[in-house]
Amino acid sequence: MFSRAYRLAVALPPVFWVFAFLLLPYAILFCHSFWGVSQFQTIQRTWNLDNYRELVRVPVYFEVLLRSMRIAAAVTFLSLLLAYPLAYYLSFYARHKHLLYQLVIIPLWVSYLVRAYAWKTILGSDGVLNTSLQYLHITHGPISFLLYSPFAVIITLTHIYTPFVFLPVYASMEHIPRPLLEASQDLGAPPLKTFWRVILPLSLPGVFAGATFAFVLSLGDFLAPLLLGGPSGIMISNIVVSLFGAAYNWPLGAAISVCMMVVVIVLLVISERLEKRWSFT
Amino acid sequence: MKGQTLNSPPAWLKLHTLAVFAFLYLPIAILILYSFNGPAVGGFPPSGLTLSWYRELFSDSAMWDAVLNSLIVAACAVLLGLLVGTPAALALDRVSFPGKALFRRLVLLPLILPGIITGLSLLMLWVAAGLKLSLWSIAFGHGTALISVATTEIFAGLQKFDRTQEEASLDLGANYWQTLFRVTLPNLKLPIVGAALLMFTLSMDEIAVTFFLTGRDNTLPLEIWSRLRRGMTPEINAISTIIFAFSLAMILFWYRLRMRSSQAPEVADLVRAATQES
Repeated sequence: MFSRAYRLAVALPPVFWVFAFLLLPYAILFCHSFWGVSQFQTIQRTWNLDNYRELVRVPVYFEVLLRSMRIAAAVTFLSLLLAYPLAYYLSFYARHKHLLYQLVIIPLWVSYLVRAYAWKTILGSDGVLNTSLQYLHITHGPISFLLYSPFAVIITLTHIYTPFVFLPVYASMEHIPRPLLEASQDLGAPPLKTFWRVILPLSLPGVFAGATFAFVLSLGDFLAPLLLGGPSGIMISNIVVSLFGAAYNWPLGAAISVCMMVVVIVLLVISERLEKRWSFT
Repeated sequence: MKGQTLNSPPAWLKLHTLAVFAFLYLPIAILILYSFNGPAVGGFPPSGLTLSWYRELFSDSAMWDAVLNSLIVAACAVLLGLLVGTPAALALDRVSFPGKALFRRLVLLPLILPGIITGLSLLMLWVAAGLKLSLWSIAFGHGTALISVATTEIFAGLQKFDRTQEEASLDLGANYWQTLFRVTLPNLKLPIVGAALLMFTLSMDEIAVTFFLTGRDNTLPLEIWSRLRRGMTPEINAISTIIFAFSLAMILFWYRLRMRSSQAPEVADLVRAATQES
């Protein structure tokens, strides 16, 4: 129904922009990962696999990547643990569900940095938690593992991603046709069985979407580890940041980024398959 | 039969809900509380109620320069996001062209890729083009990354839009452009305003992309970031409290706008779009 001129005018500018300013930059990053650095710290555009060999040769890269994946998995698990029952309560029981729904969303609008900082003030050795515990005579000295540890990173990222996990889970629960639950009840299934056989399978697409989102974004986070992680909480993106800053080895940093991108894209493909497999529309 | 179908919730579920809300809100409450605390951040019980940190904040010119920079960047980023995102949504909705599937995935990629990867890639492009890092590079980066948000929101709006209005307009003799500007876009007002607010908030808070594209001038989050690395003062709590108040005002404004239309969860659309790219 639209003229050729209209279609061209609508499609060309965004297509140009996205290919020139998103695809091209990602491609440049990819190219860098095959280049090297001379001893005078200039980038040498000779194609080789040295960066990738370096990543395989030096165990610390793989270890930190593994640690980042462990942290991201913990964040995903905890966010699901918090968000799933919350979504279940809101969708099936809550009386003021719209109000409560908005209350879950509000923290999303609060600055990431502000929330990470809030956790720093809570978990520090002179922080709110430690001084409260001492004030109440529960502990006598500060508990030191609270801040500057993977624990601090996990709790902060869980705080940030719980609402993100809640949203798609809640949305898929809201889409469950309520007559299905009645049918299950009428056919004699106890509530637990109704949950297990009807609600849980139908909410899985939301679970996969939320879990992927939380895992991928916490995997690539570098601010929470810098702020709260300490040496034992270093994550893979922190290595990339230092390679682009002080260490000045862009090609190696680009190679790590490419590895992260591969992990992310593989996860996205899997999650997309799973969401399709479990969606009922 | 809408909503409640099950009888009464088990007690543990109520407790769990309460605990999650406490987990989400307590840190923010503590942050605000300690912005009025006399000695320093932390230390229980809080002591010496004071406004001095706010006074210090208001005379802190570096902080306000950063606020101004952030506002400029956010305004430019929103403009760029809408200028590219609106036609992108229209193109996805009604034009078929080669590479459309790739285009859709590319647009959404910055939503789900860790910000560091997008930031680095844009930095490399900027450097390869021989340009200097400044507020412009930040605005360019934010705008380009946020096209994803504008496209998702406006595309969702187009899906709900009643196509017959456009047909009527065309039948009555308006050309395609008149129809676009007088029928289609006015009908998309709500998703466009929503996208703009969301992009504005995200840009004001963005750090991962900004981190790599910043020149000499700091945005507000980077200014806070650089101070955090030096040490904590309740002044940061004070600016955080102000940011929180502004975000809250923005949400209330947004809800009042939305009251007039249907209640579709817009951030949920983003998460779904980001992970389910087909």
